[in-house]
Amino acid sequence: MGIEHPAPPPPSGPVPWDKSFALKLLADMLRIRRLEEKSAELYGASKIRGFLHLYIGEEAVAVGALHALKPADNIVATYREHGHALVRGVDMGAIMAEMYGKQEGCARGRGGSMHLFDAATRLFGGNAIVGGGLPLAVGLGLATQMLEEERITACFFGDGAVAEGAFHESLNLAALWKLPVLFCCENNLFGMGTAFERAEAQTDLRLKAAGYNLPALSCDGMDIVSVHETTREAIAQLKNGPVFVEYRTYRFRAHSMFDAELYRDKAEVEAWKARGPIHTFTARLKRQGKLTEEEFLALDAAANAEVDAAVAFAEAGSWEPVEYLLKDVHTP
Amino acid sequence: MTRKLSYREAMREALHEALTNDPRVFLMGEDVGRYGGTYAFSKGFLDEFGPTRIRDTPLSELGFVGAGIGAALGGLRPIVEVMTVNFSLLALDQIVNTAALYRHMSGGQFSVPLVIRMATGASRQLAAQHSHSLEGWYAHIPGIKVLAPATIEDARGMLAPALADPDPVVIFEHGGLFNMEGELPDDFAVDISSARVRRAGKDVVIITHGGSLPKALAAAETLAADGIAAEVLDLRVLRPLDTAALVASVARCRRAVVVDEGWRSGSLAAEVMARIMENAFFELDAPVARVCSEEVPIPYAKHLEDAALPQPEKIVAAVKGLFA
Ligand SMILES: Cc1ncc(C[n+]2csc(CCOP(=O)(O)OP(=O)(O)O)c2C)c(N)n1
Repeated sequence: MGIEHPAPPPPSGPVPWDKSFALKLLADMLRIRRLEEKSAELYGASKIRGFLHLYIGEEAVAVGALHALKPADNIVATYREHGHALVRGVDMGAIMAEMYGKQEGCARGRGGSMHLFDAATRLFGGNAIVGGGLPLAVGLGLATQMLEEERITACFFGDGAVAEGAFHESLNLAALWKLPVLFCCENNLFGMGTAFERAEAQTDLRLKAAGYNLPALSCDGMDIVSVHETTREAIAQLKNGPVFVEYRTYRFRAHSMFDAELYRDKAEVEAWKARGPIHTFTARLKRQGKLTEEEFLALDAAANAEVDAAVAFAEAGSWEPVEYLLKDVHTP
Repeated sequence: MTRKLSYREAMREALHEALTNDPRVFLMGEDVGRYGGTYAFSKGFLDEFGPTRIRDTPLSELGFVGAGIGAALGGLRPIVEVMTVNFSLLALDQIVNTAALYRHMSGGQFSVPLVIRMATGASRQLAAQHSHSLEGWYAHIPGIKVLAPATIEDARGMLAPALADPDPVVIFEHGGLFNMEGELPDDFAVDISSARVRRAGKDVVIITHGGSLPKALAAAETLAADGIAAEVLDLRVLRPLDTAALVASVARCRRAVVVDEGWRSGSLAAEVMARIMENAFFELDAPVARVCSEEVPIPYAKHLEDAALPQPEKIVAAVKGLFA
């Protein structure tokens, strides 16, 4: 098959942030990574079932982008949303319990990995219909506008969603009505086994967004500095209507736990792993004297401890009684 | 002679045969090619038949189902694969407002010889957006045929007559059946017009389709131990329904339980019951009962998913209720 998506050089530029902010973002990437590595293991042990889509390799996108948002903002995500939920502030134990199907989960075990919800942090799901979240984000933006509130809606979706009609209709509506929606395309170069360029006649996504009159930015999604700064810039431009941002990233693991990965070369995956968002950021911080090995190990140990506690919480959780099966189909 | 085969292998063979026998046939859908098919039904096909006939599509259900309709009108014999019935809702407009209507609206000038296949049903903890059984909705629509292969024989045999049909045929493959194994007779003969008795009985008929068939058979086994001889009728074809077979079974057994993974309200089960009332009311010794999914989106948690779906125990209880 050969390498079809050559990896650019690893991100290496200086980190323009103070130490505490930089370490906060590094810590969040590690929290996602360790949570998901454990989730994969627990899937193998049949503790987690159904579909499990890992974000490993893409952590810089959720972390960099969500740290540019405010608590009042709305988040709409896909089925690959463990990272978004975690960075947004959903308790790791509640996420793990949800994946276990326990009633202590953030959707009471009704949703599972693909449907994490949290009203407190304005996380509007976990949508597993590709493109399904975009019209919803337009509506949230409309509500913000009509209620004259101070918030934006950040809507995350993959490159695959760009082919859905929902993408085109949503961008047009949001631009037409000048809604405060940030369209965040996590372009990991694949929609399941279909490479981006095998699905799109026009692969410059900024041009598509421009076709609907949206300002459009694109950045290296493996570089957390670029992700964060680009997102801030996009939000600054969001005053007069929606903005589109493409994050060019790469998924290191299979699409879901059912995927034999017949569609891409192992060497390609390895080449992209060399651009991994965590170790490249770590190396940059160390070069600049903003991080020591001891500090890194401490952050990693904290992430692992949080994961252990989350697993213990999920294990100790309980099954919702079957008598409640019909609960919440309608509002009582 | 028979040979052992899984449902997945049977589907794969059927697709392979169709592609081999007719150059007009091609397979189109999300990840049918490089990925090898979402459920590995078309693994290896891309190398064998090439990308023109094993056509990966972007995520555009409305677009590629519509393209299938056009290709069918243009003289090809497309097999369009939609990953699951939940995603087919993005294409519903094309299926209901175009494919099903074209022949009628054109005064009989344009038939649409299109086969659309999709997975349906729950059982694998895939949660609410990947688990529903909406084939009953499709069975509401005049202009399409709706099939539900639930045996190895039907998985292997229904595709060929579906492709030979001049009108749109929608095939629902229940995800819970893909790993099921069974014996396939070398001389299997399959139509797409009739229901079939899968187990003979005389005391009650359990009428079902798709993923509920193995559950109905398991229930019949349990009932046999309790001295109740249950017949199991597999509808197979959800539109048009084989009313004559329903009537014959009810006349023979005098009691009936309908098992349908769709939700109860407005379900296919309701239609089956109505046909029994209309055509066999005086044959009945007891009211017709049904076992459907509970009226809740399918939950993720295993124990709740199980509780939401028809299960052998629920079927046994419903049958026994008719003898109380
Ligand atoms: C409407 C719809 N069609 C198909 C699917 C099956 N499916 C789930 S994820 C996926 C790939 C989507 O790719 P992309 O949008 O790039 O996101 P990624 O998985 O790469 O994060 C597909 C085809 C679905 N969930 N919804």
